[in-house]
Amino acid sequence: MSTSQPPKTSSGSPLWEVFVRSKRGLSHTHAGSLHAPDAHMALRNARDLFTRRQEGVSIWVVRATDVVASSPDEKDPFFDPAGDKVYRHPTFYDVPDEVQHI
Amino acid sequence: MAVQDLDVAAYCLRLGDDALVLAQRLCEWAARSPQLEEDVALMNLALDLLGQSRSLLTLAGEREGAGRDEDDLAFLRDEPDFVNAQLMELDNGDFGRTMARQLLVSAWSLPLWDALVTSTDPDLAAIAGKAVKEVAYHLDHARSWVVRLGDGTEESHRRMQAGLDEVWPYSFELFESDDLLQRLVERGVAADPAALQPIWLATVSEVVAEATLSLPETDWRPAGGRRGTHTEAFGYLLAELQHLHRSHPGVSW
Repeated sequence: MSTSQPPKTSSGSPLWEVFVRSKRGLSHTHAGSLHAPDAHMALRNARDLFTRRQEGVSIWVVRATDVVASSPDEKDPFFDPAGDKVYRHPTFYDVPDEVQHI
Repeated sequence: MAVQDLDVAAYCLRLGDDALVLAQRLCEWAARSPQLEEDVALMNLALDLLGQSRSLLTLAGEREGAGRDEDDLAFLRDEPDFVNAQLMELDNGDFGRTMARQLLVSAWSLPLWDALVTSTDPDLAAIAGKAVKEVAYHLDHARSWVVRLGDGTEESHRRMQAGLDEVWPYSFELFESDDLLQRLVERGVAADPAALQPIWLATVSEVVAEATLSLPETDWRPAGGRRGTHTEAFGYLLAELQHLHRSHPGVSW
């Protein structure tokens, strides 16, 4: 994980990741990223960029440098062991029609 | 068909022209903003204002009762027929000046629309109900930038103060009263401009203090926009606004 300064644009603002909750009951989903000088402006920029068409009821912004990501080098030990464990999927019983978002 | 009411028509025309002209000015920032993000933010403000002006000019046309629609009023009037406050038409200048103008306008229009929510004209009240939420965000946006630029670097502070000084004298026109406004305030249609001024000054003073700026001191109070007198910059704005419609009458997408 890098400890360097936040990446900046020519305008000098750090990068922020934006998460939008499209409606109550759903999770926040990554919508994209943007530049802003601070958290206050990042939230407002996110409102203007990602919820212009009523896409959201709630927004989170996170400094891109604060996101800890898995490394491509760790792909095999991280994800491959799940590959042969089909019993972890809810495929062996019927999901009622009324259940959404599963 | 709505009942003719020339006073209400004239009032809606003022507010509609304010919104239309400021929207047109803000649109000049398209593809020129300091940041890509700010480009979208400014266009959102402009679109809100354009929407307000469409509703207001349509209502003005209905109350006038002469068969003019929003397009007739926006595109087929000449400069002396426009009754927007001169503050709206001032050149954008740099981003600081645009934000100074936006702060002064939004700090006025928020209490204005808030008061008009209870206007005795139901159509005007309906427009106010929508506009009040929009301009609350406009004020928040302008406040955020004025504070950051004012309390930012030496250069941003200098330019923010310069922008504020330049647009400040034009704010007094927003609080002028005249016979029309007195009649409409009496009828409960319009907001009393004198009642808006202390609210406006409290908001602006708070933001200016937080931004480490100072309130300009000047006795110069240019005015006349409400009577059709405009600054030199206005003719160019109008030419750009109207030329397409006038060159191709009735053109549509």
